[in-house]
Parts: sequence; structure tokens; C-alpha cells
Amino acid sequence: MNESRWSTGEPRVPWEGAEILYGESIRIVGDDFEHGGEAAAKIKAILKQFGLDPAVIRRLSIANFEAEMNVIMYAQEAEMQLQVLPDAVRVILSDRGQGIPDIGQALQEGYSTATPRMRQRGFGAGLGLPNIRRNTDEFEIISTPGVGTTLRYTIHLQG
Amino acid sequence: MKLSVLAEKLALKPVTEMCDKEITGVYISDMVSDVIANAKPGDLLVTVQIHNNVIAAANLVDIAGIVVTQGKLPTEDVRKMAEKAQIPIFSTDLSRWQVTTMLYEAGVR
Repeated sequence: MNESRWSTGEPRVPWEGAEILYGESIRIVGDDFEHGGEAAAKIKAILKQFGLDPAVIRRLSIANFEAEMNVIMYAQEAEMQLQVLPDAVRVILSDRGQGIPDIGQALQEGYSTATPRMRQRGFGAGLGLPNIRRNTDEFEIISTPGVGTTLRYTIHLQG
Repeated sequence: MKLSVLAEKLALKPVTEMCDKEITGVYISDMVSDVIANAKPGDLLVTVQIHNNVIAAANLVDIAGIVVTQGKLPTEDVRKMAEKAQIPIFSTDLSRWQVTTMLYEAGVR
């Protein structure tokens, strides 16, 4: 089992030991198209209560939706963890699933492994991971084929 | 322009409870990742793709309303979900292109 890692953005807050103002964990179940988007919607509602900048909420919502649909389409299950920090919001999403054999390829806009069933529902544009990348300030992918994938992404609240 | 005014001008058939809103733009797409990345808050979404993931995406980016073309109709579940999210859905037998030209003629620029 070969773990591969990819990351972009300058880490401002350590992954371990950061001050967490609010945390929430939401379970996502693979193949559950019926509820696809609900985890992202829950997080959006939480962030609205915090009175965060609508632009930040929008960016995180786009990233969360893509990440959530990826779990539904390609994994068995995952926990989407939201962390609200003093100067950032971030999400850690660890799934049990098929993993990503070639992260570089998966990040290319237009590259997709979507099945005909997914394409019929309007997925498979090859924009999932690129949309997460474009809307976050820090983004890390750790994946082991046959085991699963962890996504960690952060949006900075100032500057 | 108000959704209700547009619906009347284009003879769009409401298939959910009406919740009138101001339309500030239009986005036309059938790819969900394209909609969520590029549609703007207040946009009217014109699409043939109508299922619960589309409603979820539309709600996340504050789309004001949805026009489903080519006579397609949402299922009962999708209608309920849209009503809960207060995103009115309209149906039309017209094509996306026909809807687009009519929106332009109606003054949505």
C-alpha cells in the first residue's frame, strides 16, 4: 500500500493542537445520492450562525459539496469534520474507500473517472478536486489506493 | 426582475410553491460542478438536470430559482426539497436556447 500526498497553500495553523472554537462531525455514506449535499448544507447553516463573511461561507460550501459528492460516488463512508478556529475554518474529511491512484491526474481539470450513472446526474465534469483547490487557501490530499483518502482544506478568515 | 414577473412573461409553469424573489442573473448548465462553482447568488438556473443533488448545490450557492426545460418535471421528493430550501422550480416545454432568448427579450441582461 503506497500512501501518496499532495498539498498546496502555506500552512498557517498546525493540524494538531490548534485552538478550536467549534467542532462538528458529520457522517457521509457512500452511494447515498439521495442525501448528497446535506453535510455541506449543515455546515453552511452552522457558519451562518457564526456570522462569517458570506464569501468565505460560499467558498467552503463549494469545497464541501464537491468533497461530499466524491465520498458518495467513490467511497464507502466518511466523517466530515468542521473546525472553526480563531482565524480560519477548516474541514478534515477521512474516507474509507478506493483511494486516488494518481493525485496529480485527479487534480487536472476535465479528468474524470465518473461512471455513466454519475454522468447522467450531471457529474463527471472533472471539476471536483479543482473546485476544492480553487476555493481554499490550504489543501492537502493524502490517499492510499484500496484504503481511503483524507482531504484537509482551510480557508483563512483574514488577509 | 421579480421571479413572478418573469414566470408570467415566459409562461413558465410553477411546479413548487411560489416564493417570489429578485432575479439578478442567469446561469445555464447541466453539470452540477459547473453550477456550484460558477452560478452567482440570485441567479436563475436554467437546466434539464433536476434531482436532489442539484437542489442541494443550488441552495449552497443561493440560486434564486430554477427553470427546467424540455418539459422535464421534478419528482415529488425533489419538489419538497426545493420548497424547504425556498427555491421555486418552474417547468417549460421550451429548450434552453428558447428560454435564453426570451429571458433576454424580457429584459434580463
